[in-house]
Amino acid sequence: MAENNASFVRHELIKEQVPPVSERGLVKWVRENLFSSPFNAIMTVLSLWVIYSIIAGSAPWFINGVWNASSVRECYDILDGVRGACFAVLKERFPQLIYGFKYPPTEYWRPNITTLLLLVALAPVLFRKLPRQLLAFSIIYPFLAYWLIWGGTILVPVVAFLGFAAGVYCFRRFSTNAFALGMIVGVIVASIFWLFGGYLSDANETFLSLQAVPSRDMGGLMLNLLLGTIACSVSIPLGIFLALGRQSSMPIIKWICVVFIEFIRGVPLITLLFVANVILAFFFPPDTSIDLILRVIIMMTFFNSAYIAEVVRGGLAALPSGQYEAANSLGLDYAQSMRLIILPQALKISIPGIVNVSVGMLKDTTLVSIISMFDLVGMIRGPILSTSEWNGVYWELFGCAAAIFFVICFSVSKYSQWLERQLETSNR
Amino acid sequence: MNERVKLTVSDEVAIGIQGMNKWFGSFHVLRDIDLTVNRGERIVVCGPSGSGKSTLIRCVNALEEHQSGQIIVDGTELTSDIKNIDKIRSEVGMLFQHFNLFPHLTILENCTLAQIWVRKIPQAEAEETAMHFLTKVKIPEQANKYPGQLSGGQQQRVAIARSLCMRPRIMLFDEPTSALDPEMIKEVLDTMIELAEDGMTMMVVTHEMGFARQVANRVIFMDEGQIVEQNEPKEFFNNPKSDRTKLFLSQILGH
Repeated sequence: MAENNASFVRHELIKEQVPPVSERGLVKWVRENLFSSPFNAIMTVLSLWVIYSIIAGSAPWFINGVWNASSVRECYDILDGVRGACFAVLKERFPQLIYGFKYPPTEYWRPNITTLLLLVALAPVLFRKLPRQLLAFSIIYPFLAYWLIWGGTILVPVVAFLGFAAGVYCFRRFSTNAFALGMIVGVIVASIFWLFGGYLSDANETFLSLQAVPSRDMGGLMLNLLLGTIACSVSIPLGIFLALGRQSSMPIIKWICVVFIEFIRGVPLITLLFVANVILAFFFPPDTSIDLILRVIIMMTFFNSAYIAEVVRGGLAALPSGQYEAANSLGLDYAQSMRLIILPQALKISIPGIVNVSVGMLKDTTLVSIISMFDLVGMIRGPILSTSEWNGVYWELFGCAAAIFFVICFSVSKYSQWLERQLETSNR
Repeated sequence: MNERVKLTVSDEVAIGIQGMNKWFGSFHVLRDIDLTVNRGERIVVCGPSGSGKSTLIRCVNALEEHQSGQIIVDGTELTSDIKNIDKIRSEVGMLFQHFNLFPHLTILENCTLAQIWVRKIPQAEAEETAMHFLTKVKIPEQANKYPGQLSGGQQQRVAIARSLCMRPRIMLFDEPTSALDPEMIKEVLDTMIELAEDGMTMMVVTHEMGFARQVANRVIFMDEGQIVEQNEPKEFFNNPKSDRTKLFLSQILGH
């Protein structure tokens, strides 16, 4: 081995070393992201200055805010010329903002419990990993919530629930033979239950009764949540049925759905609300008075379901026809293939759209303030701002309303993003 | 032209088609189709694209509706009666070019779904059957994955297992290997050959002439919506009668 010059043997292995300061951690990140070029550096400095000015400008307003005062004048006295917010209005009028100004204060616990139970009822619907038995409570919840919010005898929701349960039972029993037969028998049985149950509950108005609160006394954030929750939860299934109906091979069903969707989508929501408020009354017999809240809920549900139907239709159209064919070729019937194969996939595609529409609906519930209902915004515009004590405290009140809606809508949108990730099965 | 070659394997008729016509709008896709498939027979349907061979096979389980003539599958006539159609579909397995597995369900769920909902079989038993057939197509270890995580060949074999779980009496194959790489074609064809050896009645639309030679009892050549020629594979390939068949064979066997 003469030509040993080319050979080389390492006797000591070099240990792993940390990169230079400029190439690790925060310094590296700042260099790469904030100061990678002169232009980038200028923009970074400029942005920091803008952020600083906003914070510096608004911070005193928050920090100097007055929380204890009985009127806006007292606020100014306490502030004594210093810039600052008058948060005292939020504190003093808190019950009005949340429950409206007519809901009996001794009964505030009822909406509170209803809201808490809403979270319990929603949990198994929103999170698939929770035990399915919890769904039983979700089914009972609407009836319980009605009793808690509106009060009256417990017989009303109990009869309503029993009629509903009997109708569903009959539908299940008979729809194995024919869907239409099951539907008709179910509706008839439920109606009979409700009719006779109605006499029963009318006769025993004090049985296990909570103080009755009429619909016109509902208000504040409670009213927004009430309208939003009911309209969204009813309109999602209704929208799905409309989307399926629009695809139907039966021309009459198809055209009913098309006309409904196109009409509702072509009309502004505020118009529909005015219709609910004023014109709808003309269509009912003179003696009946359908609750204004109910009328508004119906209109909002229609409005939302038309939009959801179009979103779901997009999801249905995005599925390759092979999925329908595979489901058919295995012998699944229409209802089964929709429920097990088509809708799970189509709805997964539609989640962002459905959430988008529903969040919009939740915020649009504030439009009812225009037809003189006292929701959160209605309360602020009417009973609070128009009093001499709190005249002119716009920023604090509307800022608070904005913050409340932001928290709710942001959590809904975060949930939908989480759900999308959960349902992701293909490794794209 | 339609001289019938009698190749009776069993006297029972699995699929009987008589004077069947189909139109897409005003386009006459299938013209006067007469075809009898006996139980246990393996039929390969070939022909140029647009000749109506896929449409023919899709008519057999009513994925396409025929406008005139008669189709009798497994003793039940295909009419517009939805009950008949569902019954036939649950007796006839179908394989697609693009597999059409359900991407939101695991492999196991893909195989148990129809058993549970159509056959009303309890879940445990359905899973046992599913594992049995997944083992048969040699991918039991993928049972808990999703279709998107499998290769094309594996997906097509899952699709075969999914069909077999329904214990079909007839299997239809609509170009089952056309979307696959050459290596994967072999694994799918091997599975199909095994199936044929078990005596399954099969109707296969394919361009795999090797498979036709090896497995088919009868090869049917279609062009312009009609059956141009049918014969035993040996006769069909070595001694085609019509000019159209000769041209087709020279083109696909030429290289």
